[in-house]
Amino acid sequence: MSNLYRILFYGVFIKFIVKVILGLNIKNLENFPKEGPAVIIANHNSHLDTMIIMSLVPFKQLLNTHPVASMEYFMQNRIFSWFSINVVGIIPIQRLIKKSKEHPFKRIYEALSNDEIVIYFPEGSRGEPEELSKLKSGISRISQEYPSIPIVPIAINGAGKVLPKGKILLVPLTCQVLVGSSIYWEGEREMFMKRLEMTLTTLIEEGDFIQWE
Amino acid sequence: MTIFLSLLGIYILLVIATAIIYFLVKKYPQNDYIELVQRIKSWWVMVTIFSTALLLNKGVSILFFAFISFMALKEYFSIIVIRKSDRHILFLSYLVIAVQYYLALIAEFELFLTFIPIFVFLALHLRLTLMGETQKFHYAGSSISWGLILFVFFLSHMGYLLLLPPLEGSEVGGVGLVLYLVFLTQFNDVSQYVWGKIFGKYKIVPKVSKNKTWEGFLGGALTTTLLALLLSSFLTPFSYGVAIFSGLLIALSGFFGDVTISALKRDLNIKDTGTLLPGHGGILDRVDSLIYTAPLFFHFVYRIYY
Repeated sequence: MSNLYRILFYGVFIKFIVKVILGLNIKNLENFPKEGPAVIIANHNSHLDTMIIMSLVPFKQLLNTHPVASMEYFMQNRIFSWFSINVVGIIPIQRLIKKSKEHPFKRIYEALSNDEIVIYFPEGSRGEPEELSKLKSGISRISQEYPSIPIVPIAINGAGKVLPKGKILLVPLTCQVLVGSSIYWEGEREMFMKRLEMTLTTLIEEGDFIQWE
Repeated sequence: MTIFLSLLGIYILLVIATAIIYFLVKKYPQNDYIELVQRIKSWWVMVTIFSTALLLNKGVSILFFAFISFMALKEYFSIIVIRKSDRHILFLSYLVIAVQYYLALIAEFELFLTFIPIFVFLALHLRLTLMGETQKFHYAGSSISWGLILFVFFLSHMGYLLLLPPLEGSEVGGVGLVLYLVFLTQFNDVSQYVWGKIFGKYKIVPKVSKNKTWEGFLGGALTTTLLALLLSSFLTPFSYGVAIFSGLLIALSGFFGDVTISALKRDLNIKDTGTLLPGHGGILDRVDSLIYTAPLFFHFVYRIYY
C-alpha cells in the first residue's frame, strides 16, 4: 500500500507541481544516476528541494530512492511521521546524536547496501534562501564507508524563492537544476569536504541564476 | 467543419516542413540542424495541444489560454529581479489571471477592459505603498504591472475573441477568428525568419535583434497578407479589404511584439526566456508576437463587426 502512495505522490502529484506549476530548467540531466546505489547531495533551502530531485528520478527507481531527513523534524507526531515514512519515504536520522544503541547512519548504510539511491543534504537543515551554508561532515563518513558509490552533486536555484524556510505560501517560479559529475571518496576527510563544497558552489554559480533583491 | 479543415491544413503544412527539414538533414549532413529539428518537433506538440484545446469546447479553450498566460507570467517573473518582500504580490498576480479570463468567459466587456489597467494597477501600487518598502518601490510596481499588462491583459484578448458569437450569415465565430489570428501570427514569425535567412541583408533594429532584416520583414508581410486573404473566406466574415488589412496588421504588429521581447532579453542579458520549448526557447519566445497582435486584431475586429 505504501508503494502505491509513494508512486501516486511522486509520480503524479509532485511531478505535476514541479514540472507544471513551477517548471524546471535542467542542465546535464545525463549525470543523474540511472540506478542505485548512489548518494545525491544538494544545497538545501526549501522543502521543495527533495521534491525537485524526486521529480528527476526515473520512474523505475522511484520506490528505490529515499531522502534522508531529520527524525526530530519529520517525525514530530504520529500523522506527520506516518506521512514521512509511507508517502515521502524518508530515511529518518537523528540530528542530535544521543547515546543510542544504533549507529546514526545505520539506515543509510542499509539502504546503500540494498542498491538504493539516497538523497542527502550535507548542509543539514534548510539555510537562508539561496545561500549555501557550511557543509556538515557526515557525508564524508558515508563516502568513506562506501568508497565505490558515486556522490552526485546537484545545485538547485530558485526553490528558496518559491517556498523559503518558514513560509507556507508557494509562489510559482521556474527553478534551475544543475547536475554535476560524480565524486568519489579520496582518502582524506578534510580534502573531501573541501572538494564537495567547491563543487556545489561552482555548480550553483554556473547557473547564473537571478537572485532576488 | 471549416475549423476542422483548417487544422488539417496546418498539419499538412507541418508534414511538408518536416519533410523539407528531413531532406536538408540528409542532403547536408555536415550542417548543424539540431535547432531546426527541435523546432519542428516542438511545433508538432504545440499545434496538437492547441488544436485539441480549440476543438474540445469553449471552457477548455479559455482554460488553455489562461494557462498560456500563467506560463508566460511565471517565466517573466522568473527572469527578472524581484524583491523578497514581493512574494505575496506575485502570488496575487497569478490570481489576476483567473479573474481576467473569468471576465472574458462571462463576457463582462467593460470590466474585462478595465480590470487590469485600472483596478489591478491601482491596487498593486497601493499595496506596495502600504507595505512601506520604499527601496526599489518604483521598479517593483513597474515591472510587476508590465508583466500583468503584457502577459495577462493583452494575451487574454485571445480568450475574449474566442467567445465572440458568429455573425449573421457566417457559420464560424470566435473560434475561427482565434485560429486565423494565432495561425497568421505564428506563420508570420516563421515566414519572416525564412525570408530573412534567405535574403536578409539590411538590419532593422541591430541593437535589439541581429536577425531582423527588412528583407525578412517585407517578405514575411507579403506572404502573411496573401495567406490572410486566402484564409479569410474559411475562417472569418471578412471582405477582401478587411482581410488584407488584417494580414498587414498582424505582420507589422507581430514584428513589434517579437522585438519588444527581444529588447527585454537584451536588457536582462539572456538568450532565451526559458527551456520549455526545445528549439524555440521559453514560452515568451513563442507568444511574443501575440502580445501585440492579439489586442490589436481583437479591437479592429470588434470595432467593425460587433
